[in-house]
This record gives sequence, C-alpha cells and structure tokens, in this order.
Amino acid sequence: MKYEYNKKPELYTPIMMRIISKRDLTPDVRFFQLVPKEEYKHLDMDYKPGQFMMLSLFGTGEAPFSISSSPTRKGIFEFAIRKTGKLTDKIFELKDGDMLGLRGPFGNGFPIEKMLGKDIIIVAGGLGAAPLRSLLLYILDNRELFGRLIYLYGAKNVDDMLYKPDFVEMLDSDQIELFLTVDKGNEGYEDSIEEGKVTHLFKYITDIDPANTIACVCGPPIMYKFVVKEILKYNLEKDKILLNLERRMKCGCGKCGHCIIDYRYTCIDGPVFTYWDVIHMRELI
Amino acid sequence: MRVLKLAKKDEKKLYSVLVNFGEVWSPLPKGKRFSYEKIEDPKDLVLHEECIRTILPVKKFLMPSDFNILSFTPQQFLTSNEEIPFKVIVSVPPCEIHAVNILTKFYTTDYVDNYYMKRREKLIIIGKSGIPDEYCFCHKTNTSIVEEGYDLFFFDLGNYYLVWVGSEIGDDIVRKGSNIFDENLPKDVSQKYVEFRKQKNNSFINDVELEGVTDLMELMYDADFWDEFGDKCLSCGQCTMVCPTCTCFNIIDDLELNKELGHRRRYWDSCQFKDYSIVAGGHNFRESQAGRLKLWYTHKLKAFIGHFGSPSCVGCGRCIVTCPVDINVPTVVKKLKG
Ligand SMILES: Cc1cc2nc3c(=O)[nH]c(=O)nc-3n(C[C@H](O)[C@H](O)[C@H](O)COP(=O)(O)OP(=O)(O)OC[C@H]3O[C@@H](n4cnc5c(N)ncnc54)[C@H](O)[C@@H]3O)c2cc1C
Ligand code: SF4
Ligand code: SF4
Ligand code: FES
Repeated sequence: MKYEYNKKPELYTPIMMRIISKRDLTPDVRFFQLVPKEEYKHLDMDYKPGQFMMLSLFGTGEAPFSISSSPTRKGIFEFAIRKTGKLTDKIFELKDGDMLGLRGPFGNGFPIEKMLGKDIIIVAGGLGAAPLRSLLLYILDNRELFGRLIYLYGAKNVDDMLYKPDFVEMLDSDQIELFLTVDKGNEGYEDSIEEGKVTHLFKYITDIDPANTIACVCGPPIMYKFVVKEILKYNLEKDKILLNLERRMKCGCGKCGHCIIDYRYTCIDGPVFTYWDVIHMRELI
Repeated sequence: MRVLKLAKKDEKKLYSVLVNFGEVWSPLPKGKRFSYEKIEDPKDLVLHEECIRTILPVKKFLMPSDFNILSFTPQQFLTSNEEIPFKVIVSVPPCEIHAVNILTKFYTTDYVDNYYMKRREKLIIIGKSGIPDEYCFCHKTNTSIVEEGYDLFFFDLGNYYLVWVGSEIGDDIVRKGSNIFDENLPKDVSQKYVEFRKQKNNSFINDVELEGVTDLMELMYDADFWDEFGDKCLSCGQCTMVCPTCTCFNIIDDLELNKELGHRRRYWDSCQFKDYSIVAGGHNFRESQAGRLKLWYTHKLKAFIGHFGSPSCVGCGRCIVTCPVDINVPTVVKKLKG
C-alpha cells in the first residue's frame, strides 16, 4: 500500500526557544517570555488564543502549557507557569538566555471567527487567567471588532492573583468592564479587589443581550459548575458558553490517549469545549 | 485484482521468495501459545490451518512497546532517524489486518504520526484466512473478511492455496516467485472457495451478540455490574497491551550517565493504570477502577464509532484468553444485556 502523508514537520520534535525575560506573578507562578532561536525564526508559528504548547526541558520531560501571549503581538511567546512538580521545578531554575524546547501550537483554541462582533464575558479563576490573557489581549488589540468586554477574575488571595498590577490599572479603563475578587483577605486593595468567590461578581453584570453574547471560562475543575450556573441565568445558549478545560496530556496531538473524554481528545477537540459538549459528554466537568 | 494459486507441495519454497523482500516473521510456538518471531530456519515457516492468535498482535511491529523517538543534547532535539528494515509478516489473520487498518486510520487522522507510518510502509503483510477457535468472534464484528490492508492473502483450499494480490509489493512477490505462484486456477475453484467459507462460518463457537451494545453502553452506564468488575479488576493493563487496536503510550526522558546526551522514550501505557488521568494538583478524573473499565469499553465498543465509523474491537479474542479475572468483551456484553 502507498500512503500519502506529509513527511516534513516532525510532530514530536521540539524547536528551541530562548528565555528573554521572566518575573514572578505570584509566589509560585512565574511569567516567561520566549523567542525562537535564530534558525527557527522563519517558521510560521501563528496560534489562536486558547491554544497550548508542549514545553520540553532537556532530560526532564515535557508538559502542556497555555500560551499566555496574544498572536497580535508576534514573535514573543509568553507563558505563566506554576511550580508544581518535576518539570516545573526545573523550569524555575532557568536563567535568562537559557533554552527550552517547544512544539505546537496544539488544541482548538477559542473560535475567534464566531466571537467577532459579540459581547464577550470572560470568567477566570486562579491560573485560568493565563490562557484567558491571550484572549483578553487579542480583544484589546482588536477592540473595534468586538462588543462589550466583561472580565471577572477570582483568585484565592491577593498574592495569588496573576497579573495583578495590570488588572488593577485596567480597572480605570473604559475598554473593559473588569471586576476582581479574592476568596479571603483583600487588605491593601479594598478599593479595587472584592472579597468573595468569583460567582459573587455576576451581580455587577447587567443588561446582557443573550443572543449577542459569548462567555469564556477557565479555572480550577471545581469552579465550572458554579460559574456556568450563573451564566445560564442570563439565558445564554449552551453553545455560547465556552469552557477551557485541562486534562493530563503527553502528546498534544491526539495519539497518546491520556486526555480522552468519552470519544473526544481534549488536545484535539479541546481544550475549549462548549457547555453543550459538556452536557453530552460524561466526565467533562 | 490478481488471484493465483500456490500448490501445497511448493509451500516450502515460499520462504526463499519472501526473504528477498525483507526479514520474514511468522507465528512460532511459545509455551502453549504463539508469538510473531523472526524465521531463521525456512522449515519453521508453517501455514497453519487455524487462525493463529499470537500473544502480542502485529501492532508490536508498528508501535514498538518501548522505543526512542528523539535524542537530545542540552542544545537541541534530534529526531530519531533509525533505519527500519522491511519485514514480511506471514499468516496474519483477517481480524489483525482490520486492526492494522484501524491503527493506520488512527495514526493519520488530525496529525500524522511518522513513527508509525515509517514502520507501516516497511511492513509487508501476508494474510491468511483460517479456522476460528472457541474464542474468536470476528464474525460478529464484521472483521472476518478483509478487502484491503494486505499485500498477499491466502486461503487454504485443500491441496493448494488461493492467493489474492492486494498491492504492488504483493505483485512483485508473485512475480519473483513465478516458479511457485500459478495463474491458472483450477475449474472448481469457486466451489472450493464457497466450501471453505462455509466450513469457516460453521466453526465459530463464540456467539457473543454485539448488536445494540452501543446503545446499551449508554443505558447501562450506571449499572452495578461495573462496580463488581471494578472490584475484581487488578489494574494490570494486560488487556490493553494485547489488544490489537489499543494505542495509548507514555513519554519519558532518559539521560545517559555523562548527562550530555538523552533520549525521549515512548512506551505502551494503559488506561487501566491508576495514574493514567491524574492532572496537576493531584485531581484524578478517573479515580475508580470501574470508571477506567467503562472508559475502555466505551472506547472499544462505542466511542470509536463516533470518530471512525466502526467499533475498534475486531473480535480477536485476546482479552478473553488474557484477563486473569475474566473481564472481556463477551463477559461485559453479557452483563450489558442483563
Ligand atoms: C491544556 C493545558 C494547559 C495548561 N496550561 C498551564 C499553564 O498555562 N500554566 C501552568 O502552570 N500549568 C498549565 N497546565 C498544567 C501543567 O501541564 C502541569 O502543571 C504540568 O504538567 C506539571 O508538570 P510537572 O512535571 O512540574 O509536575 P509533575 O511532577 O509531573 O506532577 C505534578 C502534578 O501535575 C500533574 N501532571 C503531571 N503531568 C501532567 C500533564 N501532562 N498534564 C496535566 N497535569 C499533569 C501530576 O499528576 C501532579 O499532580 C496546563 C495543562 C493543560 C492540559
Ligand atoms: S477488545 Fe478483546 S477481542 Fe476486541 S480487539 Fe481488543 S483484545 Fe481483541
Ligand atoms: S480487565 Fe483484566 S486484563 Fe484488564 S486490567 Fe483488569 S484484570 Fe487486568
Ligand atoms: S495529549 Fe495525547 S491524545 Fe491528547
């Protein structure tokens, strides 16, 4: 038998990227800016908000991380990485100029085409602000292409809030209706950050036009049920609620099986699913 | 399609033809069972009357149980460009050819897996239809007849084999073996062929009935028997290792002692292992063994249809002879049917 297939890009071989800067976002989450090494600069590495890449470190292994930068700001890839185990511990030891391997982008990402012209509600919990930052920046950079931009962000406490200075500054912007909250302890930020779960922020969101609104949610597994319940109160259709989910992943390209839910691969058909998918697939949230 | 015959008296010469095309591999006895092994002595190449169920299926050639996909230095990652030799696999039963076709579809959908495809292109498949044993149930999974995926395919019609040519390489083989492959088919060939099919069909004993199981998987998702199976299951993963259409793998990095060179290994994994679905923070999406069994059976009997239009069980019977506690497609289907 003869098989037609593309022999060119090696699916499992990472390309090298250099760390050009990094800073701590919270005590255990660090922000990294990466650029492809010279010989890879010509590659077209376009991506969509909500996609992820597989990040490799020599001798330690590989894991998926959401792209936190926006494709509107080409050339630099940004990630917010939480220190949680073998690979991420090692990544935290890296210095500026050190190299990482990356492959991708993978996953479906947010369906930007369908979101154009719509009012957008973004709900982030904890580290969920990392993938949603890509979407946020994309919308801000193309502000005229979208309607209202509503952003609700909840973190455990003020120290655990990602991109806190950026968000606090954005509170004054007329480009975005932004509300911040922490579960407990907003000392020092009483004017800008509320106390309570992210679901409490929905009381500020009024006059939603359900036919013209799309909601995007990303956060810890426990959060989805409660947030979706709030969004459904605005009568949004089930396929207008988009959830960015996380599963264990080894390959990122639909082969290793680790991310499977029912008959769908989170890495191919996700990580962005609609609430309609969720109702029709077991174990999704 | 070209169809020829190979007289049984010439069977012994088959090896000398095939060896021109690559290493010759075929089922050889291993204890009470069989294993695909490299044939070193031409006398060992035997075409059995029965379908031979090897311990591991043909997938072991296409997706090795453990291999290096990359090497790396601190500066860069290098794709493995290991030379894959041509292999001729002889006596591959129809269900296994279906399984290979399923694997190929799987490995070329969405993204193409070159590690698989490089091996698939170097695999020459000589299929053979044989007599089933008490575990086979390919007649219930529509996998007892093959239309594609083989290079040559043999039917045992008494004192000769009917040989179907399924590819260009297959054609090259019969040309090379023009001294043993004969284009003049006997007059009674169609009669003999019908007799063979009848004999084969009448030999099936396993009467597991798969009709409707897709819907039953849905209806019985919360049934108690899953917990009984879950309690029994050893999470040993043998069912997934021997299943010809199971593909899951894990990836891990190894460093050589000098720490300047490393290898990225890809090896078989099992959805029946406990840590299969754990994510950051220790959240396990499938904590119970019953949940993991449901995942497997959903995937074998139902989910694959959504993706590829047919179930991914080909009825080879390996899970039946392998599972130490009798959890397999027939026992699950029986429970599904109440
Ligand atoms: C689509 C997607 C996007 C993600 N985006 C981000 C991100 O932007 N920032 C971020 O910090 N993290 C992100 N993660 C999670 C990140 O992949 C894990 O934190 C990382 O794999 C942990 O690796 P480790 O070697 O440091 O931890 P390990 O030592 O391997 O284990 C630590 C914990 O992580 C879990 N884990 C191990 N491997 C994986 C895996 N492949 N996927 C998920 N969990 C795993 C383990 O079960 C354990 O609970 C994302 C995961 C997915 C699936
Ligand atoms: S599920 Fe069992 S019978 Fe079906 S293909 Fe796999 S091992 Fe063979
Ligand atoms: S079903 Fe049987 S073979 Fe599979 S993991 Fe459980 S005990 Fe092992
Ligand atoms: S991560 Fe391997 S199949 Fe999705």
